[in-house]
Amino acid sequence: MRLPSKRIIACLDVKDGRVVKGVRFEGHVDAGDPVDLALRYRDEGADEIVIYDIAASVERRTIDYQWLARVARALDVPLCVAGGIRTIEQGVACLEHGADKVSINSPALERPEFIDEFADVAGSQCVVVGIDSRAAGGEWRTYQYTGDAATIRRTPRKTLEWIAEAQQRGAGEIVLNCMDRDGTRDGFDVEQLAAARKVLTIPLVASGGAGSAQHFSEVFAGADVSGALAASIFHFQRVSVAEVKAAVADAGFEVRT
Amino acid sequence: MNVAVVRLGVGNTASVMFALERLGARAVLTDDPARVAEAERVILPGVGAAAHAMRLLAAKQLAPVLRAFARPLLGICLGQQLLFESSDEGDAEALGLIPGRVKRLPASASAPTPHMGWTRVEPVRENALLEGVGARDYAYFVHSFVCPESDATIATASYGARFPAMVAVGNAFGCQFHPERSGAAGARILRNFLSLPC
Repeated sequence: MRLPSKRIIACLDVKDGRVVKGVRFEGHVDAGDPVDLALRYRDEGADEIVIYDIAASVERRTIDYQWLARVARALDVPLCVAGGIRTIEQGVACLEHGADKVSINSPALERPEFIDEFADVAGSQCVVVGIDSRAAGGEWRTYQYTGDAATIRRTPRKTLEWIAEAQQRGAGEIVLNCMDRDGTRDGFDVEQLAAARKVLTIPLVASGGAGSAQHFSEVFAGADVSGALAASIFHFQRVSVAEVKAAVADAGFEVRT
Repeated sequence: MNVAVVRLGVGNTASVMFALERLGARAVLTDDPARVAEAERVILPGVGAAAHAMRLLAAKQLAPVLRAFARPLLGICLGQQLLFESSDEGDAEALGLIPGRVKRLPASASAPTPHMGWTRVEPVRENALLEGVGARDYAYFVHSFVCPESDATIATASYGARFPAMVAVGNAFGCQFHPERSGAAGARILRNFLSLPC
């Protein structure tokens, strides 16, 4: 077994208090109640739950603390929240409502110092920087406000440079969402993730493209990420967290069982 | 049952409170030295950096209370590290209940830091806190610093190198991991702590 253990992370994309899932960030369909799904994934063996309020950043509001607390109260595995958190007060409020980590994405692009400031207050271990990235003009570029097709926009930032900067500013972990794969179920973007891994000393989590248990083994073997995250395949029960873990263990990686 | 959870700046203390609630414990989150001093048991959760945390403990008059506390005391994550004499994190003098200095976890290609994830906790000594916890149980770790090896170690974990995952000296206990987010094994350890005589 190759140590350390790999994390299988289940993500709940939430909009208006319901879990939703779309393809390439467009056309969302209802996938259930956040508390029910979080507990189902926990029971299946998910190592971590991420709840992501996809509309919060677009609508320039923060997440709803009440359902965050509802999920946090019931859950006994780590919980990360994301969605429109752009002030220290909002980040702290997430932690005070039961989050263990706070993931920041568009607001970090608006004002990168936010990463330093939040890490100073809460510690790097609480600060995850989420990055939406896709190939454009022969290199990987970072995108912003990806929660809605109408607002999505490319930023001037090159993904690998932005990842390095986020780490240097105090991020404790990077979640790299590879948009070209998101919702496609074609597999993770191993090439981009491997490139990102090379510029990081902090943990990297793969996101976007999971379609089968095999895809998880491939991204651990090909990009040496610390964890891999998926949403739709778990929501629609195409494959369970337990099946993913069995496949990853069969491929020679340690997973929590 | 009366548990004081020390409020110490910003962190995931709500997770600790929810875990205690799930176990049916009556717990208060407080930074009042009098309430901490009179609690049946005290949990010092891990929040922020060592030097900053020690400054807060000193400013709130909590450091002497914790040093003198004679009933069960549990340090979680940074809380475990603060049980030792000192830490390289901000060159901090800590509570000094256990000899030794906390050092940075060495980074390596195969083990990115912070160590963030599930790692096996391997008991090395019998202890009431480890009742029902086996070598196949995983716990959730998030840390960049590690405690020194000493006679206080009751369980170890391995991430790049082997380090103390749990410590115990007299009435003071520590978990480097987060029992509040470590599933059934973590709940078992917290329940064991809540069951210690006091």
